[in-house]
Amino acid sequence: MQNVLSLLSFSDGGWGAALAAGTLVTLTLAITTLPIGIFLGLTIALMARSRSPRARAVATVFTTVFRGLPELLTLLIVYYGGQILIQRLMAAMGYEGQLQINAFLAGVVAFGLVLAAFSSEVWVGALNTIPGGQYEAGSALGLSRWLTFRLVVFPQLMRAALPGLSNNWLTLLKDTSLISTISLVDLMRQTNLAVGATKQPMVFYLAACVIYLLLSAGSGLAFTLLERRANRGYARG
Amino acid sequence: MTFRDILGLLIDLDLLDRYGWRFVEGVGVTAQLVAISFTIGGALGLLLALARLSDNRLLRWLTGVYIYFFRGSPLLAQLFLLYYGLGSLRAFWTDLGLWWFFREAWYCALLAFTLNTAAYQAEIFRGAIQSVPRGQREAAAALGMHKAITFVKVVFPQAMIVCLRPLGNELILMIKASAIASLVTIYDLMGVTKLAFSRSYNFELYLWAAVLYLLIVECIRRLWAVLERRLTRHLRAGDLPRPARPGWLSRMAKTALKPNA
Repeated sequence: MQNVLSLLSFSDGGWGAALAAGTLVTLTLAITTLPIGIFLGLTIALMARSRSPRARAVATVFTTVFRGLPELLTLLIVYYGGQILIQRLMAAMGYEGQLQINAFLAGVVAFGLVLAAFSSEVWVGALNTIPGGQYEAGSALGLSRWLTFRLVVFPQLMRAALPGLSNNWLTLLKDTSLISTISLVDLMRQTNLAVGATKQPMVFYLAACVIYLLLSAGSGLAFTLLERRANRGYARG
Repeated sequence: MTFRDILGLLIDLDLLDRYGWRFVEGVGVTAQLVAISFTIGGALGLLLALARLSDNRLLRWLTGVYIYFFRGSPLLAQLFLLYYGLGSLRAFWTDLGLWWFFREAWYCALLAFTLNTAAYQAEIFRGAIQSVPRGQREAAAALGMHKAITFVKVVFPQAMIVCLRPLGNELILMIKASAIASLVTIYDLMGVTKLAFSRSYNFELYLWAAVLYLLIVECIRRLWAVLERRLTRHLRAGDLPRPARPGWLSRMAKTALKPNA
């Protein structure tokens, strides 16, 4: 037990600081991806409801592909495919030499696409809860379509979408562990390194699981507060 | 033009000759992995759901912790915990005579996926069982039915209908998640792809894998929709037996008697 604690401590020979740094990378990756994925998801949802058949087709293909592909495969396709694409582009512009795509960037793009596909379903569901009268009332007040969306529809939308988005966030947080396979030193990768150095897989993988659990629990709390805030107009009292 | 020529326009035929069969095998491994863990996980999940709903507080708390753990941490971490973590306790497993199990990546992956999907399915079953109205139980009790019989004959069938859709989603999530098995040296569809890519450096292979995964997921989705329609056909008003169509004689008589058109 003493031994285990010293392995996880922040002092010399302990891996506490390394795990904390990895946790920070995991959180940074997830928090960077979140707004990108969610707003891309909202765009896809609006496209899925648009009058243009072409926009609807794009939305359908997008969600089918990125909901159907394993996240690991999406990540590798973005990582290796992006590399090849950039190399070809650079070659076409006369630049020779090796270019390494940033693993963090690949992660943000890949997880952003996946999150967009899943959150667009949530947005569509939320958009369906808003009665047409709200749009009509907005235009009767002389608001432009954009202002109607921003001032009238969006606040109500957030309220309906939050529970679904909170699920999306938890999935994203867990999915980010896949980035360890393309050598970004996140929590999972840091754990692998610790296991390699200390030969204590039980301790460290269990510790990683517990850290992920704590992150989930913490963000669950944050979402409860957000939901309370989004529902404040509906509170009784 | 033969079929092969047309195929050649789309994909690299050389690559297909070299790795095509391996991909087929990979799909088979993925299918096995998912089928086994999803089925056993379902049975375990049902037991967990019953324990979660039981009157015993300790049992409720224990299953709660189990479900929270497996739903709250990444499957990747769970897989590594089982394969590398439990796999490091060699002396212990040898004493128990279970070393053959924890030595193999295949069994560890099966175990990790089973335990993981069991936690998710437990929540699905719990929600579904709770969605059956109380009145159903009360009515069965009023008829003098035993609690166990009430569950098997009244509650369970209605709960299963509610479960169908989320279970289908869980199956699809499992198919996607099974790609992680490739990280512990299992040659499922993803593992085969990575192996072939490391030998040929041909990016096309990843696109093959993408198309195959999409095909599998789409097929399962449609099959599940058919299954769902079939199992809920007694619940749809539109499918009530229609009045019998008049026979040919009465139809002819009607046409004959119709005023001139």
